[in-house]
Amino acid sequence: MSSVRQEGKDKIIFVTKEDHETPSSAELVEEDPNDPYEERGLILPNGEINWNCPCLGGMASGPCGTEFKDAFSCFHYSKEEVKGSDCLEQFRAMQECMQRYPELYPQEDEKSSSKTSQDSTEESGANSTSASEQDSNTSQPDTESTAES
Amino acid sequence: MLKCRTVWKKLAPLARSSSTLCRQNVKRTGLNNGRIPTCVPAANMSTGPGGLGGDNLKYTIMVGAACVGSLTYAYFLLKGDQKRYQERIEEITTRSQRSSKEEAATVQSEPPAVEATQTEAVPESVPEAAPSPEEPSPPAAPAEEPAAPAEAAAPSETTAPPPADEPVVEAPPEEAATPVAAPVVEEEPSPPSEPPAAPAELAEPAPAGPTEPAPAEPAPAELAESAPAEPAESSPAELAESAPAEPAEHTPAELAESAPAELTESAPAEPAEHTPAELAESAPAEPAESSPAELAESDPAPVVESAADSTPASLKVPSHSPYLLIGGGTASFAAARSIRARDPGARVLIVTDEPDLPYMRPPLSKELWFSDDPSVTETLRFKQWNGKERSIYFQPPSFYINSEELASAENGGVAVLTGKKVVHMDVRGNKVKLDDDTEISYDKCLIATGGVPRNLQVIERAGEEVMKKTTLFRKIEDFKSLDNVSRNAKSITIIGGGFLGSELACALGRRSTESGLEVIQMFPEKGNMGKVLPEYLSNWTTEKVKREGVKVIAEALVKSVTCKDDKLEIHLKDGRLVKTDHIVAAVGLEPNVDLAKSAGLEVDSDFGGYRVNAELQARSNIWVAGDAACFYDIRLGRRRVEHHDHAVVSGRLAGENMTGASKPYWHQSMFWSDLGPDVGYEAIGIVDSSLPTVGVFAKATAKDTPKAATEKSGTGIRSESETEDTATSPVASVTPLPPVAHKDDYGKGVIFYLRDKVVVGIILWNVFNRMPIARKIIKDGEEHADLNEVAKLFNIHED
Repeated sequence: MSSVRQEGKDKIIFVTKEDHETPSSAELVEEDPNDPYEERGLILPNGEINWNCPCLGGMASGPCGTEFKDAFSCFHYSKEEVKGSDCLEQFRAMQECMQRYPELYPQEDEKSSSKTSQDSTEESGANSTSASEQDSNTSQPDTESTAES
Repeated sequence: MLKCRTVWKKLAPLARSSSTLCRQNVKRTGLNNGRIPTCVPAANMSTGPGGLGGDNLKYTIMVGAACVGSLTYAYFLLKGDQKRYQERIEEITTRSQRSSKEEAATVQSEPPAVEATQTEAVPESVPEAAPSPEEPSPPAAPAEEPAAPAEAAAPSETTAPPPADEPVVEAPPEEAATPVAAPVVEEEPSPPSEPPAAPAELAEPAPAGPTEPAPAEPAPAELAESAPAEPAESSPAELAESAPAEPAEHTPAELAESAPAELTESAPAEPAEHTPAELAESAPAEPAESSPAELAESDPAPVVESAADSTPASLKVPSHSPYLLIGGGTASFAAARSIRARDPGARVLIVTDEPDLPYMRPPLSKELWFSDDPSVTETLRFKQWNGKERSIYFQPPSFYINSEELASAENGGVAVLTGKKVVHMDVRGNKVKLDDDTEISYDKCLIATGGVPRNLQVIERAGEEVMKKTTLFRKIEDFKSLDNVSRNAKSITIIGGGFLGSELACALGRRSTESGLEVIQMFPEKGNMGKVLPEYLSNWTTEKVKREGVKVIAEALVKSVTCKDDKLEIHLKDGRLVKTDHIVAAVGLEPNVDLAKSAGLEVDSDFGGYRVNAELQARSNIWVAGDAACFYDIRLGRRRVEHHDHAVVSGRLAGENMTGASKPYWHQSMFWSDLGPDVGYEAIGIVDSSLPTVGVFAKATAKDTPKAATEKSGTGIRSESETEDTATSPVASVTPLPPVAHKDDYGKGVIFYLRDKVVVGIILWNVFNRMPIARKIIKDGEEHADLNEVAKLFNIHED
């Protein structure tokens, strides 16, 4: 059973688990999905990318921010069956830029979504190249390694 | 026109007087005639022409003479004015000609022509000189005419500001343009003359046209006219006339190389480094080089001297930055990131007086103390609970670009200028002045200057010895020094029972178990966090802090501090005496509003800090964020918040608004604190112990500790869900103390702070990952009849 105590202006309530089992009767104001003031996630209500989303970290604002924005925008609006497969150029440019700043963009970092999408695009590219160049073994490991990185 | 009027004015009385004389004469004659019609007419007619007699003749002659005299006077007056006017125009045209001509040869040819015209009758030279200056300075020339008489007086004034700005390091970049002027320099051996000579020069245009003395005086006007013309070439000319030949010859050599670099740098920019007087006269969009030129003129010698050593410094400081952020802390960095995300290719310049790049502060009083790495003071890296290590710096140095490259970088970037303090802000001119007298102009500016730790008056009065053994904790260097002290001292006393004091006490208390260090904490309140937590909770917290190995002295008011035998003696008002080796004062933060006076910004009297509106804007192009901002919170009213997450949120919001978002402060920031392994809480809103509170608690189990929370969620950063910049992990725990199954054990729960029956603040006590619900309740701002029902939303019994 809950116990209530008053210490001056402060009220203290101790509750057991059972006390809190019944659903709350407190009413919360309904959220407006189009509230312009609210903080937004990665995708804004109008479908655009929110570059200021904390989830992106510093990707859009760093030295490779422009390349990242190009690549990610292309990926986002890509209508291809393999999403982003038409964005190889942008992803390559982004990766080149990131390689120049290994401190900022550690190469073993697999967390960013752009990297994973890049991997998938690279992989499809690598498969096609390896298929066409089966005799040259040197190129295969190269393309594979770039796909993995 | 004015001349005509003055002339007419002079003539009019004469005319009137002469006319009255005439009338009087006529009357008299008339009367005379009337009275003596018979005899006089005959006499009159016989003697004078026009029926006038001898007397009348005299009168006529007098009047006539007066008219003639006045006419002659008027004529000469006009002539003189016109002559002076023409001379003035000549002088101006020769100057503009000098500036607009790129080669020295043409300059040479012009002056003789100008000279000739000047000595000649005025009107002829006017049309000749007029067309040439017309081209380079159409807008300025008409402006110059009415200003001409005014300018004669102006020179003395304008030279005053230039000397004032003189020490400015801009001189070198402009003097950089002197290589072009070298030939011109040689032909002008005359040293710069004093301003008083300026008016005199008007009368003596004689000495070769270009070598007109009073460099400062020509300079402003020249600037005005050369505005549309090539800037690079104009400044050499100006400098040439001012700088004595010899020194000027030296400088071109050394500055030749710097010239192209500086020119290219500032070329795309639009600097506005003029004294206000010049601004008024000159056309808009003036190049960087021309402005410092005038400053160089008034005192070439020191300028030349400083040129050599200040050239490197001036090269590092860009003269213009579209986005200027004053202060290099959390708010500033968050704003930089926000600007870069929203404005592609933005060029952001951060100016900070600290020697470090932007870093986060919470680990300085928490995680860094629990690191096992002995070199932590150098690396400043800390391990989060998930094992992931990170530095307190937001980004490594490679993230930033050099300030010299800021203007030319293709995709823009963020540059940080360390070790420079902004001392003056000119809001009208959109520029700031640094402590080394360089000026940076901006389009949009953010003030994120944070604050300085407060000190106790008794300590300040206690003298040098005591001050040496006192630490005011805020920056990296304070952390380093305190770490050093804690390894060597036997006893440390922390004065202050708030967030910083309590956290440091707990951190040092943990060290005390290893090293035998005595840690004392004293404060005027009854318990730790006395101004934040309700009394029962504050008492409970104090007990926990004591368990961390801290000697807590509550209700302690410091009366005086003395240094005796290399130990500090703290005398309390109730008579107690505390002997210690070192003091850490954690008694609050004084917001840094040094720029308020020069910028004309409002300072809040209740909360301190710059007063800004709900969109964090102080004035048109100025925003304030972080600890220094007293802003209007739409939900909770005007406030000033000194927490890390608020710095991130407000910095980000300021960055958004600087790029045109116009959003008010809406996303409520939160804060957190960890005091020991089993006391940790997150809070949001107004958490003031003077407000009535309602606390809903459950019994704590061993699972409900900060450590457990992070281990379960798998994120070492408790506030990662809030803002990705905040990296803090709870206190490294020793073996958790056995849960106290006491009735008054406030293991975990929710505390609501009420103002007029509306929840304005919430503390989540040992309950984690529920901040979004708390934020929602505060945002709603509803009156809830039963807060127990609201507490159900938090599921405090669950993990």
